[in-house]
Amino acid sequence: MAAPSIAMDNNHQSNYKLKKTEKKFLRKQIKARHTLLRHEGIETVSYATQSLVVANGGLGNGVSRNQLLPVLEKCGRVDALLMPPNKPYSFARYKTTEESKSAYVTLNGKEIVDDLGQKIILYLNFVEKAQWKELGPQVLPPGLMVIEEIISSEDEKVLLESVDWTEDTDDQNSQKSLKHRRVKHFGYEFHYENNNVDKDKPLPGGLPDIYVSILDKWLKEGYIKHKPNQLTINQYEPGHGIPAHVDTHSAFEDEIISLSLGSEIVMDFKHPDGVTVPVMLPRRSLLVMTGESRYLWTHGITPRKFDTVQASEGHKSGIVTSDVGDLTLSKRGVRTSFTFRRVRRTPCNCSYPWVCDNQRKERPPSFPESDKEACQLEQEYVHRVYEEIAGHFSSTRHSPWPHIVAFLKALPSGSIVADIGCGNGKYLGINEELFMIGCDRSQNLVDICRERRFQTFVCDALAVPVRSGSCDACLSIAVIHHFATAERRVAALQELVRLLRPGGKALIYVWAMEQEYKKQKSKYLRGNKIGQGKKVEINSDTPAQGLLVEQMLDIGHENSVDSVPSINDFQEGGCHSRKVITAKLPIHTNRTSFYSQDVLVPWHLRGNPDKDKPVEPFGPVGSHDPRPVFHRYYHVFCEGELETACQTLSDVTILQSYYDQGNWCVILQKV
Amino acid sequence: MKLLTHNLLSSHVRGVGPRGFPLRLQATEVRVCPVEFNPHFVARMIPKVEWAALLEAADTLHLVEVPPGPVQGYERDEEFLRKMHHVLLEVDVLEGTLQCPQSGRLFPISRGIPNMLLTDEETES
Repeated sequence: MAAPSIAMDNNHQSNYKLKKTEKKFLRKQIKARHTLLRHEGIETVSYATQSLVVANGGLGNGVSRNQLLPVLEKCGRVDALLMPPNKPYSFARYKTTEESKSAYVTLNGKEIVDDLGQKIILYLNFVEKAQWKELGPQVLPPGLMVIEEIISSEDEKVLLESVDWTEDTDDQNSQKSLKHRRVKHFGYEFHYENNNVDKDKPLPGGLPDIYVSILDKWLKEGYIKHKPNQLTINQYEPGHGIPAHVDTHSAFEDEIISLSLGSEIVMDFKHPDGVTVPVMLPRRSLLVMTGESRYLWTHGITPRKFDTVQASEGHKSGIVTSDVGDLTLSKRGVRTSFTFRRVRRTPCNCSYPWVCDNQRKERPPSFPESDKEACQLEQEYVHRVYEEIAGHFSSTRHSPWPHIVAFLKALPSGSIVADIGCGNGKYLGINEELFMIGCDRSQNLVDICRERRFQTFVCDALAVPVRSGSCDACLSIAVIHHFATAERRVAALQELVRLLRPGGKALIYVWAMEQEYKKQKSKYLRGNKIGQGKKVEINSDTPAQGLLVEQMLDIGHENSVDSVPSINDFQEGGCHSRKVITAKLPIHTNRTSFYSQDVLVPWHLRGNPDKDKPVEPFGPVGSHDPRPVFHRYYHVFCEGELETACQTLSDVTILQSYYDQGNWCVILQKV
Repeated sequence: MKLLTHNLLSSHVRGVGPRGFPLRLQATEVRVCPVEFNPHFVARMIPKVEWAALLEAADTLHLVEVPPGPVQGYERDEEFLRKMHHVLLEVDVLEGTLQCPQSGRLFPISRGIPNMLLTDEETES
C-alpha cells in the first residue's frame, strides 16, 4: 500500500534515511489504517482531504473532547469533531484541506496525555468523509423520570455527612462492603444471596427521621406516590459499578426511587429486546422508576472511570444521545445513591409475568434424556402451546412463502398432496388443481382449516393415518424442528416418506440455527427493529416462525451460557451427533441469533387479534396489559443437519437443498 | 370429511399396518356441498381411488348411482365423471365415526373433522 504522499515528501525533505522513530510511527500509522478498515470498516485514503480519522484519539481511549479539540485546533480551524461513544478513534473535519494537511503532518505520532495521566500517541489518516452511523433517536424507558435539583446543595451536604460508614456490621443497621461498592441498609436488610428482603425481620429503628421528612416532602410535592419503608445506600468510587438487574418483583412495590448525591453518573437501562438507553443521573437528581422501567428494563452502572456524556451546556439529565458531534467524557466522582423502596406484602401482579418471579409458574424444562421425556416436552411445550395460541397464531400466518407456493404450483394437475402439520392451512388452497389434505396435532388449528373448507384431520406427525404410497407430494413446513430428539426427527421424516408413492416428492422446511447466511440476515432477524415509539405492524411476510408480536424474554440466559456450543462446532458439521447436555433449556430472545440448538421460543399472546390493526410493541405506560407468554420448544437445525437426517432415510434421494429466510429446506424424492 | 379423503385415510394403530385400511365409516350427519365440476381433475383422481373402500363407504351412506368401477374411456364420459365428482368431492360427513378394521379402535368425526390422535399407549413401541 502506498504511503501517503505528504508523508513521503516530508520524509524526503528531512532526511534520505528515515530515523528509527519515524519509521516506527509510519509503521504504526499504517497499522492503524489497517485496523480501522478491518475492524471498523473505515476506509482511509492516500490523498489529502478535509477530514481525518484520529486513531487513539477517542472516547473509548480515555481521550475527552476538551483534551483533543485544542490539540487539533492548533493546526487549523476545526469544522467538526465527531467522537463516537466507546470507540478508540474520532473524526476531525477541518475548514480546508490545507489545514487538515497541516494537522496530518504535525500530529501524526504526537503524544498527548489522557485524563488518567496515561500517554497516548495519535495516528492520523485522511478519510473521504467524516461519518458515523447514527442510532435512531431514543426516548426514556416508559415509566422513568429524572427530576433535577430535587434537593439543595446544603441538604446534599447534610445527607452525605449523616451516613456513618464507620459503624461496624454488628450495628443495628446493616452495612456490608460489597466487592465493588459500600452498602448500607435501613428498614429492611436486602439479602444479595436471594435478592430479597426478610419481610418478617424489619431492622430496628426503621428509616431515620432525616429521610422520612424528605420522603414526606416528595410525596406532598407529587414526585412520588407511595411512601417507601426500605433504604439502601450505595457508595460508588470511580471505577465501581453495579451489574444490570431488575429489582426483584416479589420483594418491592412498583415505585422505586434513587437519589444521586456527590457526583453524576450514567445509568444504563436495557430492554430485553436489546435496546439500551444510557441515562444521565445528575448530581442531586431523583430517579423515579415505575411500570415498565421498573419491572421489565434492567438497570446497571458500567464499572469505569469516565462516562460518555453530552458536551453541550444545558444538557443535564435524561438520555445520553448518540450525537457524536456532542459527546465527551466526564470523569466520575464519588457518588452516593439513596435507593428507597417499599417492601411488597402481596404477590406481584405486574404486566410482565414472564420476568416476574411471582407469576412465573415453572422453571424451564430440561433437555430430554429419553423418548418419554421428549414426548412430555413436546406435549407441554409444543402441542399444548399451539392449542392455546391457535387463534392468535393463525392471525399472524396469512401469507404463504413464495418458494413453497412455487413447489405446489409446479405439481401436475390432479396430484394428491398431504400437508403434515398444516397449521391454519395457508398452503391448502394454493393450487386448485391439487387434492390437498392437511393434518395437525392441534385441534384448534384444524378447526380453523375446516372453517376454510379444507380437508383436514387431527393426528400426530409420527403416526399419520394415511395409507402408504397414496400421496404424490407431501409438505412438512416448520414441523420437524418441534421434535425433541434426533431419533424422533428422523422418525417424523420417515413417516412423511411413507406416504409418498415412488417418484413422489416431499418439501421440508425447518428453522435454521443460522439466522444470518451468506452475510444476509433473515427476515426473522431483520424484524428486530422495535425501537421505542415505533409501530410494528403484523406483517404478512414474516416467516412461519417470524413472530412479529413476540418480543422479549430475558430469563434463562444464565442457562444458555453453558449450552452454547462455539460457532465452529456447527461449521464443522459436528453438531448433528452432538448431545446438548444442559440442565435447563435456554429461553431464546425473539429476533436475535440462536446460541443454542435446543431452545424455548416465547410467544406473546394477544387478545382479539386484528390483522388490520398495528400492534403496539410497548403497551401504553401503566396500562394493564396481561399478555400471557407461552414457550415453544424448537430444535433449530444447523447447516447440513437436515440433509444428514434425510440421508438416513430409506428409499429417498435429495433433489434439492437450500436456505430460505432463516430456514433449511430439502426437496426429497421417493425412489 | 369428503369420501376422497376417507379413501386416503388408514388406521395407524400400532402393528396394524396395511390391514388398517379401509376405515369403517359410520355417519350420523352427512351434508352435500356443491363443488364446481372439473372433469379433468376428477378424471385424474379415478386411477388413484381404492374402489372397494369407496364402494363400502358409499354403501354405508346409502348413496345411489355410484359407479361400481371405472368405465372404458371414462376420461371423456361426462356422466360417469359427474357421478364420481359427486361421490368423491361433494358428499361431506360431518358427524360420525371411523373404525379401525383390525383393532376396532373408534375415531370420532366431529364437525367434519376426524380426530385420529392415538394415546401414548397406542403408539408406544
